[in-house]
Amino acid sequence: MSRSTEVFIIGGGPAGLSAAHVAARLGAQTLLVDDSARVGGQLIKQTHRFFGSSNRDAGIRGITIADKLQQDIKDVADRLTVLENTAAVGFYHNKEAGILSQNAYERVTYQSAIVCTGATENSLAFENNDLPGIYGAGGVQTLMNVHGIRPGQKILMIGSGNIGLIVSYQLIQAGVEVVGLVEGMPTIGGYLVHASKIRRLGVPIYTSHTILKALGSDGVEGAVLCRVDDKFRPVPNTEFEIKCDCICLAVGLTPLIDLFQQAHCRMVHVGELGGLVPLHDSSMRTTNPDIFVAGDASGIEEATTAILAGRIAGARAYESVHGKSAEADTIVAEAREELRTLRSGSTGERIRWGRERVLKEVGEC
Amino acid sequence: MLKNDGIIAPEELAPVLPPPARLEKGPVAIIECLQDIPCDPCVSACPTRAIKMKEGITDKPQLDFDACTGCGLCIPKCPGLAIFVINMKHAAGKATVSMSYELLPVPEKDQEVTALDRAGKAVGKVRVVRVINPPAYDRTAVVTIEVPADQVNNIRAIRV
Repeated sequence: MSRSTEVFIIGGGPAGLSAAHVAARLGAQTLLVDDSARVGGQLIKQTHRFFGSSNRDAGIRGITIADKLQQDIKDVADRLTVLENTAAVGFYHNKEAGILSQNAYERVTYQSAIVCTGATENSLAFENNDLPGIYGAGGVQTLMNVHGIRPGQKILMIGSGNIGLIVSYQLIQAGVEVVGLVEGMPTIGGYLVHASKIRRLGVPIYTSHTILKALGSDGVEGAVLCRVDDKFRPVPNTEFEIKCDCICLAVGLTPLIDLFQQAHCRMVHVGELGGLVPLHDSSMRTTNPDIFVAGDASGIEEATTAILAGRIAGARAYESVHGKSAEADTIVAEAREELRTLRSGSTGERIRWGRERVLKEVGEC
Repeated sequence: MLKNDGIIAPEELAPVLPPPARLEKGPVAIIECLQDIPCDPCVSACPTRAIKMKEGITDKPQLDFDACTGCGLCIPKCPGLAIFVINMKHAAGKATVSMSYELLPVPEKDQEVTALDRAGKAVGKVRVVRVINPPAYDRTAVVTIEVPADQVNNIRAIRV
């Protein structure tokens, strides 16, 4: 079997759904594939209210934003096909890709592709880190907020970025005791309002600490923590035990980039963006002119900026099929301006550095 | 220090506290948002436009205490649950604190709950005087508790 489409989008998270909506609304025949049972990406488990601009979804829960994006794409259903439970498994020459649904393999020929594969969770090296009961934070959110299953009764959180802080709060909402939150850096990584929110519900925050090992034989029964110095080396004689039946790792994300490498996109390592990312210009076009990128696959950020980058990629992918469009230009200009304001200020500093490095490499900056 | 342990220290809180003269006039908001983060729903939540961000969305909110009526509409709009309304004119020796509450069960009016400080330590039993939880608040209830006046800036959470 084979299919043909003008714009081919891989990944139905906030970036992919926004790109699909824009490309299809402008007039491109669009195909979106997602390997999960329901599009929405990570938004379908984000029960908290989003930060950002009230012009664009701030103050609204992530699950509501997912509903809105799913509604948006229904409005363009005549030009957009969505295949759930379908994974993109490879790019071939001549603008061809392979997709795999539950039982069938198909080839897709496209004119422009937008890859919005998101990211994978990082792990952490410590003794016994393969015991049952040790989860990634995304896995915990899926269990809890999608399937309604508590991962345990007493959980230890590792990592004080926004994901660690927010998932700790959601665990408390689900009735799980969070016995502590551990952070190697001397200061909290995520937004301090999120930290205060869990602290005042009684969660101790151990900055300048690390986990040395998980305790237990058939499952997690506790953990050994210790202080670290300014070079992240354990400080002798500061070890202590903490009881828990679950350990949750929220130690960062890495862009999911296999498909770009396969499509011969030039890659660059930018620490501020989470590792290797495909080089891309401000239109989100990679060094393979037929392939665009948006969302966490272009650098770890968050859903609001993924939506905006998705809109840019959707508009430019439409143009690369149908030619220049004033409407596409307007969408791009608006999205760029919103991205600029969201990334301004001190919390956006690392992202700005990372993004500038990428644009410098492609000669735009 | 807030950035090390999540607990706002008294000297960090001082700049966002309303002046004593304003407290004499009744309820007023305290916005405990002390970091430049890209977020602004509080600005449009305020019916009297008392909340401003001078340098755009990543600026910290500035509250005009005289323009604030203490209505509390900003409380459930803050994604960081960082806005509180205090009323020092509630009763002799007693004040109220209003805050967002997103756990279950949501307490009821006149229920006795445990007040917690910024570190989550129990401060004592307090009475719930009001619960607002309309559909428009989308499951963020606003709970008002009656506290000893001298605890008004120490109590910041409850355990039901």
